[in-house]
Amino acid sequence: MHAVVGENGAGKSTLMKILYGMQRPDEGTISVEGREVSFSSPADAIGVGVGMVHQHFMLADNLTVLENVVLGAEKLHGIGDKARRRISELSAAYGLDVRPDRLVEDLGVGDRQRVEILKVLYRGARTIILDEPTAVLVPQEVDELFANLRELKAEGLTVVFISHKLDEVLAVADEITVIRRGTTVASVLPGEVDSRRLAELMVGSELPSPETRESTVTDRPVLQVEGMTLHGADGRAQLEDVTLTVHAGEIVGIAGVEGNGQSELVECILGMRAATGTVRLSGEDVSTWSTRRRREAGVAYVPEDRHRQGLLLESPLWENRMLGHQTQRPNARGPLLDRRAARADTARIVQENDVRTPGIDVLASALSGGNQQKLIIGRELSGDPVLLVASHPTRGVDVGAQAHIWESIRQARAAGLAVLLISADLEELIGLSDTLRVILRGRLVCELDPRTATPESLGSAMTGAALPGASEGAGR
Amino acid sequence: MSSGTSAPRTVRRVDWRAVAAGLAAPVLALVIAILVTSLVLVVASDPVGKVWETLLLVDATDAQRSRAVVNMLNSATTYYFAALAVAVGFRMNLFNIGVEGQYRLAAFCAAYIGAAVSLPAPLHVALIVVVAMAVGAMWAGVAALLKATRGVSEVISTIMLNSIATALVAFLLRKAAGDQGSSLNLSTDQLPASGRVPGIELGFLDTPIRVYGLVVLAAVAGLLYWLLLERTRFGFDLRATGMSESAAVASGVNVKKMVVAAMLISGAVAGLVGIPALVGEDPYAYTLTFQSGLGFTGIAIALLGRNSPIGIAIGALLWAYLDVAANRLQIQAGVSNEIVTIMQGTIVLSVVVAYELVRRYRVVSEQRRVAAAEPLAAGGGPVGGGGPSGGTGTAQGVPA
Repeated sequence: MHAVVGENGAGKSTLMKILYGMQRPDEGTISVEGREVSFSSPADAIGVGVGMVHQHFMLADNLTVLENVVLGAEKLHGIGDKARRRISELSAAYGLDVRPDRLVEDLGVGDRQRVEILKVLYRGARTIILDEPTAVLVPQEVDELFANLRELKAEGLTVVFISHKLDEVLAVADEITVIRRGTTVASVLPGEVDSRRLAELMVGSELPSPETRESTVTDRPVLQVEGMTLHGADGRAQLEDVTLTVHAGEIVGIAGVEGNGQSELVECILGMRAATGTVRLSGEDVSTWSTRRRREAGVAYVPEDRHRQGLLLESPLWENRMLGHQTQRPNARGPLLDRRAARADTARIVQENDVRTPGIDVLASALSGGNQQKLIIGRELSGDPVLLVASHPTRGVDVGAQAHIWESIRQARAAGLAVLLISADLEELIGLSDTLRVILRGRLVCELDPRTATPESLGSAMTGAALPGASEGAGR
Repeated sequence: MSSGTSAPRTVRRVDWRAVAAGLAAPVLALVIAILVTSLVLVVASDPVGKVWETLLLVDATDAQRSRAVVNMLNSATTYYFAALAVAVGFRMNLFNIGVEGQYRLAAFCAAYIGAAVSLPAPLHVALIVVVAMAVGAMWAGVAALLKATRGVSEVISTIMLNSIATALVAFLLRKAAGDQGSSLNLSTDQLPASGRVPGIELGFLDTPIRVYGLVVLAAVAGLLYWLLLERTRFGFDLRATGMSESAAVASGVNVKKMVVAAMLISGAVAGLVGIPALVGEDPYAYTLTFQSGLGFTGIAIALLGRNSPIGIAIGALLWAYLDVAANRLQIQAGVSNEIVTIMQGTIVLSVVVAYELVRRYRVVSEQRRVAAAEPLAAGGGPVGGGGPSGGTGTAQGVPA
């Protein structure tokens, strides 16, 4: 089991694309089992037994596991009982516990990932590349995944594993390659290094930690949510009676397994969805305000999906600086845009936030994830916001950018900003938050003290298991 | 506009690569269209050389050439409004297929009301223009409301509204014509002299026909379109919605309001399509033979001009040129002038493909450029090793 680690933009994805035949190398060779090969498409790669499990699952929700697995590989074992038998065999052989006739939409994240792995095995892969497989999993699921991967290894398969999470890499990998700026900077064995050293190799410098220092929490409430309830199209409650307060200078972290109402909570606070209950901003009832009015009143927003919600990918950086603030100075004067001021301010953001770009006329899509996110953070923290709603602010971001983003949030907090932080990175939540709330099936089920919480205790609270040291029913 | 002191800041290096990339697509499309058209001619064993000679007006007299230029400008004026109307929608991913119905209904209503009132000249023309814009906007507004309130696709509703508009105009025209028109050529009453706009005479051309006076309005419309989209908050909201609706919503855009606003603007511009001819050309009335099909031409030209006011102008002129040149094909070369329709269709198809190729190339080359510049940007050294509170917030060395 071989792990590849590196910052975002270091070239991991490009390397993987080449290994999987999605891109052709300019120079150099690839050998599989001693034979030199060259791929011009993913089909060539799978032909010599190299398969890829993508970070974002590529499954059709409304089909069964069987249908998803055979899709595009109908020639191998047909689409009927023979295929079903083969899936069951593979599932049993590698301990994947996948049942072929379940609908994918009924499966949890961990199960879906196993289906993805099975899809690759079904196509005859002997080398499996996993792109950030643990990004979407809670700790318990990560353990299960690693058990599966060890099983694959025991059966003689090769696993290439890409990750940001260094503890995990150290725990499972037999060999680690660190890449930075497109070249291999080190090849190490897990026994030789600790995660700090490994991260230092990745960024080429010393490491940040998410810990906040002395408390800056005030008693001035900035965001007050009372009795927020939202029903989905099917009548099921997506949010139920959510009540929470964020004070100036306070970071409130919301922990939860994805899909338990975090996105809905954020969108209701921003006014992008209409929920019942009240939202107050600095004491004023803003429940009926539009998203624009709320943003003008000082709500900064770092969306969970920066490509979909945070950026205009095919616009230059300076236009992206306006996005979400297009009615405010320096971007606009009256109904007209102030392009010169916006451009100047973009240059400031780029410089202050170390956004690595040759200029502000570059398209947003050209930047790496970390640089895109630094731009968004810089933009949102401009113009003296009172509240920052940050969803997964460091997701898919390299360690350097992560440190920068943490530092920015901390500085803003020290200056009196109220922050609502939603994250799947439990260490980030524990490290940054002043207060931790756990969301489960649309309800805030408990409150933990970040000084005593551990990723494990938080993880079990998120799945609704017994909660050590938690005050039960804080949300009710 | 810019004062002397601020000028240096606004001066930007012309990015020739971007300019070349922008020109590459239309030129490529034109070349492909010429090749395909020639191929069709060869297969049909038509005289290829003669066709191109005719199309390029090589054998035309001066008078014919002058005539062609004026006709081209006039057609292009009409096409320009149609393409602008479509482009407003395109910029926010709205497909206003209904320009056709909007302009016909608008032209009819403007002709009818224009003939019924008497006002001093400038006011009279202004009234005709306003009526046309209002009717066009109203007809587009039906589709806008259906989309905003009930989620009906604007493609479907505007196509249906086209049929309704055609029938409605035919019905109303019969009423309006009363007993003065024969059933073969129904017409509204003629506009009085105060409602007409005199043509512009181009002194250097050897032809009695004149350029529509409202060519000026087309230029103004193009300028306003550019100002609105590129220089106002409203335009930013509109473009943002077109590029990514989810990002626009997160930025505070009310998408439903934008749908209604964009459709109303599109419809208002569409209302102008028939007006240059109505107020600038005999018979100064809406008749059974009033030009139809311009809405669809507008879609093609908007695609060709890539929704940019300059691009659309060039596209409209090219299109109009081909139309005008085609008129002589049958007589001069003995080839059906439908060959030009084939050429126009090929241009649009190839331009769409070419633009997509150029766009992808641009995205990839930008990524390369960023990747190439990255070591440079980090030239100030990696993040200083000061631990958690280390110099992450301090500015790095920025390349000059």
